[in-house]
Amino acid sequence: MTVTQVVFYVLAAFTVGAAFIVVLATNIVHSAIALVFTFFGVAALYILLDAEFLAAVQVLLYVGGITILLLFAIMLTSRISARGVRILNEQAGISALVVFAIFALMAYANLRVVVPAGPPPPASYATASLGRLLLTTYVLPFEAVSILLLAAMVGAIILARREREKD
Amino acid sequence: MVPLSHYLILSAALFAIGMFGALTRRNAIGILMALELMFNAVNLDFVAFSRYLPQTMLQGQIFAIFVITVAAAEAAVGLAIILGLYRNFKTVNVDEINLMKW
Repeated sequence: MTVTQVVFYVLAAFTVGAAFIVVLATNIVHSAIALVFTFFGVAALYILLDAEFLAAVQVLLYVGGITILLLFAIMLTSRISARGVRILNEQAGISALVVFAIFALMAYANLRVVVPAGPPPPASYATASLGRLLLTTYVLPFEAVSILLLAAMVGAIILARREREKD
Repeated sequence: MVPLSHYLILSAALFAIGMFGALTRRNAIGILMALELMFNAVNLDFVAFSRYLPQTMLQGQIFAIFVITVAAAEAAVGLAIILGLYRNFKTVNVDEINLMKW
């Protein structure tokens, strides 16, 4: 067992454990904090996969952006001190059954898959070629996604704005 | 080197956990968090394929970048919708918001 494998299994256990806390924590703030750890675990797995740029984006965008957004929404909506409230709906049992069946199917299919002979050597200057690809081959989706972001930003502002006349 | 299938199984586990959360959480913000977990699982798949399959040109990472962007847009709009829900219903529990249900 090499060092890479040990690191992978430790990171995998860490990420899955944090994900379980996200889903099962009774306090929604604890869920958000556990989500941060899940995102960090996934970012570390990206580094293990030689995707340094994506790891940086993951930390900046998910840990720095989305989690803060979620925490703000939690503070604006829920009564945090609410105790003894059910966090799962009454379909938890059947959901667990179905989800476990789906996971077992995916794991079975993965174990039967034909594994490629060996991973290619990691591309040098991967970030530079990523940027080149984004501005040449994938420039159209790049522009489309920027328009999507603009639309989402405007939409979020309009949706979250308080209506003056009503209040 | 870790075999590819282990990454895929880890990603499947993350996806299943996220799916369970999205199906069963009562808090709408909890559902959004579970959705983010599922996005992360799919991104992990993309990056693992981009690393392991022969003759890739980083397409997996490009796709993961687009998925992250769409996830950011989804989180912003989703949280704005949840704030609107809270203003109208004084709750974010999705099983109490049943105005359009029989």
